[in-house]
Amino acid sequence: MSFRAGQRRRNQRLLNALAWFVLVLIALPAFWIVLTAFRPNVEINSWPPVWVPQEITLDAFATMFGLNPEERMRVPVESYMRNSLLAAGISTVVAVSIGTMAGYAFARFRFRFHTAAFLGIMLSRAIPGVALSLPLFILFNQLRLVNNIFGLAAVYVAMNIPFSTWLMDGFFRQIPQDLSEAAYIDGCGYWSAFWRVELPLALPGFATAAIFAFLAAWNEFQIVSVLSRSAAARTFPPGLFDFTEQFTFDWRGMAAMSAIMMVPAIIFVILVQRNLVSGLTFGATKG
Amino acid sequence: MTLQAQVRSGGNAEPEQRFTDGRISARWFPVFMLLPAILFILVVLLFPLLYSLYVSFTPYELLKPNSLKFELARALRNYQKLFADAIFWKSVGNTIVFLFLSINLSYVIALGLSQLLARVTRGQGLMRTLLMVPMMFAPILVGFQFRWFFNANVGLVNNLLYSLGLMQERGQIAWLVDEPLGMFSIIVASIWMNLPVLTIILLAGTLSLPVETFEAADVDGANSWQQFRFITFPLLAPFSYIALTILSLDISRAFDIVRIMTDGGPAHRTELIWTYVTRLAIENTKFGLGSAMSWVTVLLAVAFTLYFFRQLVRSRVVR
Repeated sequence: MSFRAGQRRRNQRLLNALAWFVLVLIALPAFWIVLTAFRPNVEINSWPPVWVPQEITLDAFATMFGLNPEERMRVPVESYMRNSLLAAGISTVVAVSIGTMAGYAFARFRFRFHTAAFLGIMLSRAIPGVALSLPLFILFNQLRLVNNIFGLAAVYVAMNIPFSTWLMDGFFRQIPQDLSEAAYIDGCGYWSAFWRVELPLALPGFATAAIFAFLAAWNEFQIVSVLSRSAAARTFPPGLFDFTEQFTFDWRGMAAMSAIMMVPAIIFVILVQRNLVSGLTFGATKG
Repeated sequence: MTLQAQVRSGGNAEPEQRFTDGRISARWFPVFMLLPAILFILVVLLFPLLYSLYVSFTPYELLKPNSLKFELARALRNYQKLFADAIFWKSVGNTIVFLFLSINLSYVIALGLSQLLARVTRGQGLMRTLLMVPMMFAPILVGFQFRWFFNANVGLVNNLLYSLGLMQERGQIAWLVDEPLGMFSIIVASIWMNLPVLTIILLAGTLSLPVETFEAADVDGANSWQQFRFITFPLLAPFSYIALTILSLDISRAFDIVRIMTDGGPAHRTELIWTYVTRLAIENTKFGLGSAMSWVTVLLAVAFTLYFFRQLVRSRVVR
């Protein structure tokens, strides 16, 4: 008895250790990138490799923002930041609002082509950005929307609607039916039942959808790299290529910009952690 | 199924008996709610997509504006050119290898990890946070990170091999250049990117399974492997397909990774269909040919998503 219990405890400890090992292995690369942003270039490129940082410096960030008089290389980070925030911010607000309305319709009402419409909206999400960027470029060229941040935001709205719809559909279905029933009896119309009763209850879902939409737009590369031809219209992801030349790479500069790009994602992942799982898996068991 | 029907009906089985503000009926309200979504998707996604179908039937090149002209006799020219193009077939072959290995390995690793995490007794919260770290990375950053790690001269992997005494000189292994190491590198990068979402969904699924089933299996003397094989794995099917459906919506994210890691090179060794679209259309400004190529990617993405979605629906019905 005691022998078996002891063995079980040992197995459990082994299992915990294995889990820690795997997870640290997964997370370590990310910490390495952030650490690199704060190391001097000499250390990064040295041979044999220097593993333990000897010196921590903000040099890379100073160079990026043009505060470093010794280095001339200058990347228009402020403009990337502004464009990224504008495109992601605008598209998030619009897409999640529209997606919430659509998700509510799918969750609460039965109508003709219910499944077909839902599937159609989902499939539009599967269209690869590369395939979309080309015709959009031709059309935007004629409409003079190339290099226009609002044109870009409009594309992101359309790309973010499907996933928002899906998430909100799941969140609305978690709200008990009785509440809207009660609202109807109290004289609410469909809109006010949605607006005053159900939407406030679905706000955590709304926040989750907003975070996903924001990150999708913030991280998007395929479309913006084609639609924004000038440096002034670029967002962060294509801006990353400023650090590459034919044969040389400014690893530290890229690491620094990566660290900046990750800030909203880090905040959001921490915020969204709890809602994420329920939002993503709700549809699994209850169709 | 009946429960589902009730939920779906949203209690509007008899809309006439209900108080409404009299402005909008049960019939038109969902239409009104769906209209903005559908309009946006039609105008911004579907219309350009159909337009590119049209362009794919023309010999359009950006620098020759007059070439955007449809002629019935030459309509299929781009597709003929494409199917006769050895690099096109190479990119298709590479894409199949890439997707097959990347998706299967991601799934198997995520499944194992989720079973491991479900049994951990201490520090689960922190572990989940660690697990979500790759989610903080944009695909383009994943690509940059692994380009650097696999760099022959200053990369983390070669440095590590050297410090461990497994490699003698600097830059000995050209991870991103040699065949098939280039393909290996981009698959590793894509697995790292796919892991969090897959694992989180499978973990949630595992934790939601009924405990009684496992207790009964214990009583019947089933060992852990049998329990996993005959209880956990089949019951996880809906969660697996949800995870794979989400993954299939994003398969073209591989473009971002490859674009920065190898850009399809050298000599098209890691060329995928998505990078080839860019090469044809943007770099060579052959928009007609590029549009034909991009339709190949659209059909592939739609086929993938439909397949996993149907599996998802089927696995739900079984329950």
